[in-house]
Amino acid sequence: MKFSESWLRQWVSPRGDTEALADLLTMAGLEVESLAPAAPPFSGVVVSEIVAIAPHPDADRLRVCQVACGADKPLTIVCGAPNARVGLKAPLAVVGAKLPGGMAIGKAKMRGVESSGMLCSAKELGIAADAEGLLELPSDAPVGADLRQYLDLEDTVIELKLTPNRGDCLSIAGLAREVAALSAARVEAMPLQDPPAVHQHARGIAIDAPADCPVYLGRVFTGISTTAITPLWMRRRIERAGSRCVSLVVDITNYVMLELGQPLHAFDHDRLSGDIVVRRAAAGEPITLLDGSEATLDPSFLVIADAAGAQAVAGVMGGARSAVTDATASIFLESAHFAPSVIAGRARRLNVSSEAAHRFERGVDPTLPERAMARAGQLLADLAGAQPGPLVAVRSELPQRAPIRLREPRAAAVIGMDLGGKTITGILDRLGLAHQKNGDAWTVAVPPHRFDLAIEEDLIEELVRVHGYQHVPVRAPQASLGMPPRDESVLKVAGPMARLALRDYLEVITYSFIDEGDEATLHGNAAPVRLANPIARQMAVMRSSLLAGLLGVLRGNVAHRQPRVRIFERGRVFLGIDEPSQQPERLGGLAWGGTMSEQWGVPSRAVDLFDVKADLEAMLAPHTLAAEPWAGHPALHPGRAARLSVDGRDIGWLGELHPRQVQAFDLGRAPIVFEIDLAALPQAHAVAAVPPARTPSVRRDIAVVVEEAVQWREIAKVIASPAIDFLHEVAPFDIYRGQGIESGKKSLAIAMTIQDTHKTLTDIEIDAVVNAVVERLASAVGASLRQ
Amino acid sequence: MDPLDTLQAEAVVEFAAIDDPDLLEQAKARYLGKQGLITERMKALGGMDPEARKAEGARINRAKAAVETALNARREALREAALAQQLAAEALDVSLPGRGSGAGGWHPVSRVRERVCELFAGIGFEVADGPEIETDFFNFTALNTPDDHPARSMHDTFYIEGSDRLLRTHTSPIQVRYMQAHPPPLRIVAPGRVYRVDSDATHSPMFHQIEGLWVDRDVSFADLKGVVTQFLQRFFEREDLQVRFRPSFFPFTEPSAEIDMAWGDRWLEIGGCGMVHPNVLRHVSIDPEAFRGFAFGFGIDRLAMLRYGVRDLRLFYENDLRFLRQFV
Repeated sequence: MKFSESWLRQWVSPRGDTEALADLLTMAGLEVESLAPAAPPFSGVVVSEIVAIAPHPDADRLRVCQVACGADKPLTIVCGAPNARVGLKAPLAVVGAKLPGGMAIGKAKMRGVESSGMLCSAKELGIAADAEGLLELPSDAPVGADLRQYLDLEDTVIELKLTPNRGDCLSIAGLAREVAALSAARVEAMPLQDPPAVHQHARGIAIDAPADCPVYLGRVFTGISTTAITPLWMRRRIERAGSRCVSLVVDITNYVMLELGQPLHAFDHDRLSGDIVVRRAAAGEPITLLDGSEATLDPSFLVIADAAGAQAVAGVMGGARSAVTDATASIFLESAHFAPSVIAGRARRLNVSSEAAHRFERGVDPTLPERAMARAGQLLADLAGAQPGPLVAVRSELPQRAPIRLREPRAAAVIGMDLGGKTITGILDRLGLAHQKNGDAWTVAVPPHRFDLAIEEDLIEELVRVHGYQHVPVRAPQASLGMPPRDESVLKVAGPMARLALRDYLEVITYSFIDEGDEATLHGNAAPVRLANPIARQMAVMRSSLLAGLLGVLRGNVAHRQPRVRIFERGRVFLGIDEPSQQPERLGGLAWGGTMSEQWGVPSRAVDLFDVKADLEAMLAPHTLAAEPWAGHPALHPGRAARLSVDGRDIGWLGELHPRQVQAFDLGRAPIVFEIDLAALPQAHAVAAVPPARTPSVRRDIAVVVEEAVQWREIAKVIASPAIDFLHEVAPFDIYRGQGIESGKKSLAIAMTIQDTHKTLTDIEIDAVVNAVVERLASAVGASLRQ
Repeated sequence: MDPLDTLQAEAVVEFAAIDDPDLLEQAKARYLGKQGLITERMKALGGMDPEARKAEGARINRAKAAVETALNARREALREAALAQQLAAEALDVSLPGRGSGAGGWHPVSRVRERVCELFAGIGFEVADGPEIETDFFNFTALNTPDDHPARSMHDTFYIEGSDRLLRTHTSPIQVRYMQAHPPPLRIVAPGRVYRVDSDATHSPMFHQIEGLWVDRDVSFADLKGVVTQFLQRFFEREDLQVRFRPSFFPFTEPSAEIDMAWGDRWLEIGGCGMVHPNVLRHVSIDPEAFRGFAFGFGIDRLAMLRYGVRDLRLFYENDLRFLRQFV
């Protein structure tokens, strides 16, 4: 909300300058967002009148004006403005004047004619962005008066960022009341003269929905001048409030709203037919709004209707059919109270911006309509020559606001300091809250303008707000020092993340919403969770995997000529919307480029699946990672992808990007990608430590030849189950194909660690272990010992 | 000069002049070997009378010992020289970079999140979490923001097509979920992604918040000021950081405050806070007469921007490795 400081100060003027006022407001919860001077600094500019004009002897475009400005005799001013004419009042910068930007005015010869000053446009004075010709001042502007004073340019436009609970401050009168309470300055009395009725034109009013509209006042004004214009002082205040001036009648209704906070609506009286009915809209009822938009209403809307149908959406926007125009001579003026519940959200649903709805949905003082009608009547009569008819008022009972009990001990406990009964009473008085004290509690009546006061906490906030948040002590809280439980079996996500970081992965954060095409192609999900209102097409669906985001980051960094990319992301994916469990947290990663950055002394080699698998093994240690071949992922190489599990529990996948995607992303070579379901990760546990055996362990190596199709996991399984005594570890240490090995077969070198933890093994016992392995492999996978 | 003395002196001089270990051993043989000059003299003792033999024997032994000492010293010197030569030959250019893998690191937003959680863990705050696709109930209604409440327009909400679900606009729903599941007293921080329909240099449609909640029998606004002030001073490692609390409005707290801190020559809005609204406590069946709470929220991205001097929020989501590597 924007307003003119000088307007407010006419109502209430606390001590101190603009900054002090802004600070007072901000620290009371009415945050000042900006302070802007009404005009940039300039001096020496006065109201002047052109009394004579002659052509310039040497220049077609210039004219020589005689300009009265309160001096003894008119000054000669050379001027090129097209609107310069005899009788025009315009600002004159006299010799010695300083204009915005520092331009100093002196006597100057212009094509041989001396000019004793300069007639100014609004742009030259910095009060409008652009302007054609001289700023035209009203004909009653006093010649010789200082322009800054005359136009009230010493003013400041204050912009507030009002919170939605303080609808009572959306007017000068409301702000004045607040400032008075905060500063102890007094609000000036504003005398009001309701013009008496001079004719009997009136319109009947019926209220079908009294709970939505407990008060409706209507008054017919006739004889409105169609030539009268909005006076400068009113324009100024409306414009400094950030509104546009439209026409005198509309400007008056806006002005009263800005001044008192009561939205008004003026209908063209001659375009209404029959009585006014305040009712809920019928389902599907159409209306063309003032802004030209077509709306279809439903019974959640309240309308102001006449015999022909809805003429306005109550409290939101008038209809086009009965809108006032420049030719309107008679109006039916509405000043009514609409309940917040029937206005809230309605403007948004109609997709219109409405100052009236903005106020009504926050709550407008239901006792205001009378006062606002009187104020508007006064202005219409004074400024537009309007002839008022009799006031028609329909009222039902106003909603009762329950009094609030305020307990001093409760206030002290919530605030953390005891303000004391005297201070509390003083604050209630300053806020104009009627109260009655019983013991250490008050019964507080809620004034009709304060829609935000309903419970004790609301009053406690008022107490501390007026007392000053800065005066509440800053205290280190007291608590009993119970040590919270720490379950060692709960895996901290930070652990795996830190291990990946140590293995040269950088964490990235990508958007949770991605392109629908990527979701289908890369994640194989044709029925994604869609956003109803995405900000862009490529951010329209919720991701079901981290892969697309990681590939996007890879592509971006490859475009920046990064030779090697290793990244991971931790984040939720979205498989459904019903249960939180359908939004599991995943840890995804990607490695592309060399195993190591290019460096001296290490031959460069492209990263492959086993490099990344080692990273995952390290991440998951001490658990053993198992991998099963998997051709089920649409974006992975079907022969180079695996499902991963730990202790038989599926935890995610690992694989090489499909060559088709490698090409589509223009990557040159395939990244290795993985995704782990964090919730499926095995629990950590408190280790049950075993001391190292004191007996020596023995290593025996064998090489076996097997069919190419035989996988290591089969061999490992055959050896592991049932367990062979004394065989501790089995690991492949070489795989050989080629000369000496039959085509279609491979030779596998296996290292075995053999140990008895109680005694030293004999050669016979050791050989028995080796033989048992060889025999099992021979019978289970057809392995032969390599000679 | 006595021939024995001469012999001893010659040996010492000869050894000292030899640079080759093999030559040194040959020289040793010449004096101390089986036919060595000193050995020969020992052998010659046999023909002497006992008195003379004793005296001459002692003299020869002294000379022999001196020659051996000189020999050993020379051997040691040659070994040292050889080792020094070997070490010199083995010297590395230690200024070459180390070989092997580099170091990765966490995203600045994660770093800040962990740092904030750690600071609050110091005073007993647990970390809580919740879903990002939320229901209207948890995101708004349970937080005292009923349908059509004007405060809803403060949040430009992403909705899920064909449902009443939405992307959470703040981390506050986690408060509600946690209080539903855990009886008071409780202290939590809840970090996470949040979403609003907004995008420019200072707004991202997805960003991060961290929410704090303390519900107990006797906590107050003064305690809230204490916790928040100390947190900001510790987070920015500035004990003199000025923190200001300014009345504001959130539907789920009463009284409510904006948190400003002095930054350069101005006040910077850094978060919001307040005493938990009694309606919020009632929604989760906590008696507001028996328990009170306070809650606070900060933008993690904003904390990260200020902490690390990042001017443009978008840098956090562009994931340019050249930017991220600074945080390794």
